Amino acid sequence: MRKLFLPIVVALMAIYPASLVLIARARYESTMGLVQKIFYFHMPPAMLMLWSAIFCGVVSGLFLIRKRLIWDHLAVAAAELTVLYGLIAMVTGPLWARKAWGVWWTWDPRLTMSLLMWMIFVSYLLLRKYGGPGSEKLAAGLAVFGMANAPFVYISVNVWRTMHPKTTVVPTLPVDFATALWVSFGGFLLLYIALLAARVRLEEQRAALDRLFMEIE
Amino acid sequence: MISFWRIVWLILRKDLAVELRTRELLYTTMFFALSCVLIFAVAFVREGKALTDAAAGILWIAIAFAGTLALGRSFERERYNDTLRALMLAPAVRPAIYVAKLAGILVLLAATELLTVPLVALLFSEPLFDRPLLLMALLLLGTVGFACVGTLFAAMLARARSRDVLLPLLLYPVTIPVMIAGVRGTSALLDAEPNIGMAQFWIVLLLFFDVVFITLSLWTFEPLMTE
Repeated sequence: MRKLFLPIVVALMAIYPASLVLIARARYESTMGLVQKIFYFHMPPAMLMLWSAIFCGVVSGLFLIRKRLIWDHLAVAAAELTVLYGLIAMVTGPLWARKAWGVWWTWDPRLTMSLLMWMIFVSYLLLRKYGGPGSEKLAAGLAVFGMANAPFVYISVNVWRTMHPKTTVVPTLPVDFATALWVSFGGFLLLYIALLAARVRLEEQRAALDRLFMEIE
Repeated sequence: MISFWRIVWLILRKDLAVELRTRELLYTTMFFALSCVLIFAVAFVREGKALTDAAAGILWIAIAFAGTLALGRSFERERYNDTLRALMLAPAVRPAIYVAKLAGILVLLAATELLTVPLVALLFSEPLFDRPLLLMALLLLGTVGFACVGTLFAAMLARARSRDVLLPLLLYPVTIPVMIAGVRGTSALLDAEPNIGMAQFWIVLLLFFDVVFITLSLWTFEPLMTE
């Protein structure tokens, strides 16, 4: 992963200005106007947040079975990024919702589900921070439960409340919208991988430092 | 090697014997559930009438809050006497210990519900007992769903720092589907025209939740409880 880090950062530096140009050039959406441009910063992190949550659950499960530290490092990095991307989605979401639906927040299934999944990973980080020694294993258990919970949250919230456009609109978008969206998505994805790699490296070094410290004692 | 269910029964009997001597958990949990119902009554009753739809929510919040308290206390007792380690050292398969602990919590919560459900029906004059079987299915499956995740989390947190505050923090987001299913299912039964199909849908969802999370708990209890 370390070898890939530099190329990813270079690609990011190229894709970021490109996405801004593409977003600026894309047509104004007929009813939403300028506000629609939030979309390019809302949908990619929102989607990556859910993927990241699932990724965190999978590597946590592997950590519980295999007990190799690399899985734990990946899990903590993914959990932090889930919370970060969720935060981006939940700041950009209400800004758009205010214009589109006239309210900042609504108990729509997608919103509720994202909020709940986000809360599970906030509690994951709280557990790791305040749980004391051994909490990484407990946190791994929590992440596995959080992942298994996703379909139940999805079904229950869907039956409980049904306003959010489905993601099936994405293939039908006009070309310039779609290009800007996917370039933006690529940008967020690369940023995710770069941050993940950096965070895993940090965690590895912290573990190495702990080990050296124990040897001296 | 003694059998799985024999271990479950022995641990459960031990827990019940300890509890029956002091009745500490039973009394505190029941009174706590009662206090919850009263606090919500103060918030939701206006001019002598409760808001429509409030009863189902109040009932389930009381169960969840009282359940959290019971879960935390029951493992605190094991930790305080350092018996949790003894239990883990015993030549018993770990999943049996989990099942016994879960059964103990369920007995306690069932006793609490025996008090809370009639109380809510009475105080909010709701027809909770018109469809006893469906209500019982909702309560049973919902309580099992809440307690199966709760028992695992309380057990694994028993050795962690700040466990008192961490338990509800971890437990509530994960058990939200149980709360939604319980509250919506119960209020479907309480409607002027009971929506049986809806209640049955939530019962099935709870059943799936229980199966998935009991399986996951049995699988993760061993790695999570090993130092």
